[in-house]
Amino acid sequence: MTKRQKRMVAVVLLLVGLSVAAVLGFTAFSKNMMYFQTPSDIAAGKLPQGARIRLGGLVEKGSVQRGDGLLVNFSVADCEARLPVRYEGILPDLFREGQGIVATGHMDGKTFVADEVLAKHDENYMPPELAEKLVTPDGKHSCEQFKSMEGKA
Amino acid sequence: MIPEIGHFLLILALGVASLQFLLPSWGVWKRDARAMAFGQSAAQVQFALVFLSYLCLTWAFVQKDFSVTYVAANSHSELPLMYRISAVWGAHEGSLLLWMLMLSGWTCAVSVFNRRLPADITATCLAVLGAIAVGFLSFMLLTSNPFDRHFPVPAEGKDLNPLLQDPGLIIHPPMLYMGYVGFSVAFAFAIAALVSGRLDGAWARWTRPWTTTAWLFLTMGITLGSWWAYHELGWGGWWFWDPVENASFMPWLVGTALIHSLAVTEKRGLLKSWTVLLAIIAFSLSLLGTFLVRSGVLVSVHAFATDPARGVYILGFLAVVLGSAFSLYAWRAPQLKSDGDLALFSREGLLLLNNVFLVVAAAAVLLGTLYPLFVDALGMGKISVGPPYFNAVFIPLTAPLAAILGLAMAVGWKRAKFAEVVRQLRWPAALALLLAAGLPFLWVGSSGFAVFAGVLLGSWVLLTSVHDLWGRVRAKRSLLAGLAAVPRCVWGMTVAHIGLGLWVLGVAFVSLHSVERDVRLAAGESAELHGYEFFLRGVDPVHGPNYDADRGTVEVTRQGASVTTLHPEKRLYRAQQNVMTEAAVDESPIRDLYVALGEPFDNGDWSLRMYYKPAMQLVWWGGFIMFFGGILAASDRRYRLAKLAQAPVSADGKVTA
Repeated sequence: MTKRQKRMVAVVLLLVGLSVAAVLGFTAFSKNMMYFQTPSDIAAGKLPQGARIRLGGLVEKGSVQRGDGLLVNFSVADCEARLPVRYEGILPDLFREGQGIVATGHMDGKTFVADEVLAKHDENYMPPELAEKLVTPDGKHSCEQFKSMEGKA
Repeated sequence: MIPEIGHFLLILALGVASLQFLLPSWGVWKRDARAMAFGQSAAQVQFALVFLSYLCLTWAFVQKDFSVTYVAANSHSELPLMYRISAVWGAHEGSLLLWMLMLSGWTCAVSVFNRRLPADITATCLAVLGAIAVGFLSFMLLTSNPFDRHFPVPAEGKDLNPLLQDPGLIIHPPMLYMGYVGFSVAFAFAIAALVSGRLDGAWARWTRPWTTTAWLFLTMGITLGSWWAYHELGWGGWWFWDPVENASFMPWLVGTALIHSLAVTEKRGLLKSWTVLLAIIAFSLSLLGTFLVRSGVLVSVHAFATDPARGVYILGFLAVVLGSAFSLYAWRAPQLKSDGDLALFSREGLLLLNNVFLVVAAAAVLLGTLYPLFVDALGMGKISVGPPYFNAVFIPLTAPLAAILGLAMAVGWKRAKFAEVVRQLRWPAALALLLAAGLPFLWVGSSGFAVFAGVLLGSWVLLTSVHDLWGRVRAKRSLLAGLAAVPRCVWGMTVAHIGLGLWVLGVAFVSLHSVERDVRLAAGESAELHGYEFFLRGVDPVHGPNYDADRGTVEVTRQGASVTTLHPEKRLYRAQQNVMTEAAVDESPIRDLYVALGEPFDNGDWSLRMYYKPAMQLVWWGGFIMFFGGILAASDRRYRLAKLAQAPVSADGKVTA
């Protein structure tokens, strides 16, 4: 093989490798991409059933109910809608009523089944995605009814 | 008074850094030896100024001077001295000052160790580093001054984020920053090579110890961060593909590629423009990491206060640095000519292949980290990409890397015969297969394809490294003479590769065979996990210096015999009323037993998270051994010998790393 042919072979190999990597990457991407939703997005029915999503909202005041073992039920709400959530496991340290959380999971009928619940280590924290969606046209958060003062321990 | 002095010193440092950029640049352009030499003294003065300024901030913390906004926000009168000193880098402003201290430290080191290099190379390097320092110093002074005062002076500080009150976190950020900032030296050398148009084996030899040093700090920083997450976050995980973790991992991947392509450039005079490109990319990714972490665009445990002005500044700075570096590259790189041909089946060919895999892996991580930001910026919705994406892409891309690594060590430079390499490696390969078939059953009692593949790759890397060393030693008369004859950079390579092999083994076991169980227990009840019995004796209140805690006592037994007693804690830090989980871990090389307290229930029960994690320690040891290998490689004496700097490029295959 001449030098030029060798170089062509190397370039072709590199391109093949890169395209395999790209295909691999984008397949994995589309399979594992999770959309961030609020309860009103879900109420609006934007969601394909069974898809994995991240649900963001405030834990509604007075909604947390413990079940057997580690089972816990609560509602997550934004300004317009609320959604019942079922979770079996250990809640994060800063999980409190009136607090913003992000839960990962899927819809099962009318209930959201979470397999992971996250809360930030800051009592005034709200996930930026949520804060943005909760802003009313006049630029203020309008969900005080869900935030209780006890929640700010 | 002291904080004002610190502030003033920073302004002086900015002035000195500007001169350090301007004068040597002018000197290189006009060939003025005195202007070029100015860079060295400027670098040393700048370091002294930043160091004193850093001491001023530390002093404010030690003295609990709550009139300084930054101190009040990150300290507390009850905070132990150790954490008051480390609180300096506990938040945005102070960690920038630490960044700056590291940068001026590296610059000062360049000015000291580069004295034997051609004057124009040193001058260009120092000018580039001066320009970076100007960027960061003005960033600090304009948007994030750590010495700002506020009135009225609060009686009490808000305390350091409790997550950061851990010994692991005292050294994690400095190590990480040393690594990040260290790549600026490789970057400066790359720019110097482009400006001077001289890129030869000697240039690669000057750049290698700097790059390896940056890499070893980054390795240690990432390992410590992961160790901290494992112990402190209470989720039992050690790597989350969190955007901030990715921000440190991408420069590591590209830095690893850079180390290997520098070896090719030094030994064979090939891949020159590729090496320069990698050096630019590695530093760009370090800057990008700083931007991602500091700008608050990411939702992450690491994200500090959000301030759009800061994000815009860093983005602008990034654009200037990248824009000028890549323009220079596009203009000058075509002049960099290879000194020979590249055969694919040779050590340099395989190293190039390994480079491609590393860079593609870094690109995949970059895609997963940045794509959600792009989608958000374009207003197409909020998405996130979880660990499944990264695992699905990263593992297939890095598995061939481990396979090639073992092969490359047995293949010589220039060209090699495939049959000869196969004959050499038949024993390591057979032994690796044997281990892959047997070890999972011995270690965790079961096996599967994934763990078979993981153990195969891990032991392949381990065994080929040992085999390569053995090949070098065997030629000598006695074992001791043989070991003594191995150059230190080869030791460095071998040790780092052994570390990687152990790391792969650890990752294979711990990711595939961990057992997790969340339970709800009353005092006096027990739960079973993977043959171990966890007995909750009780949960009692205890008091620390600045926190109150519930401390659990969990007795672990196996078949009736006592194994250990663990004390997981749930701490409430008084100042910020923050709750923290302090996990308790019984560590051994074979397995970790991990218990974290969940939450109390109304009837006095507690939820408990329990893990059985096989070979977890191998992951830490792997990282630590890689770090040690880096030290060996960077301290090889041939990098320090002045007369070697003029020696022609050696194509000898034996002295390689």
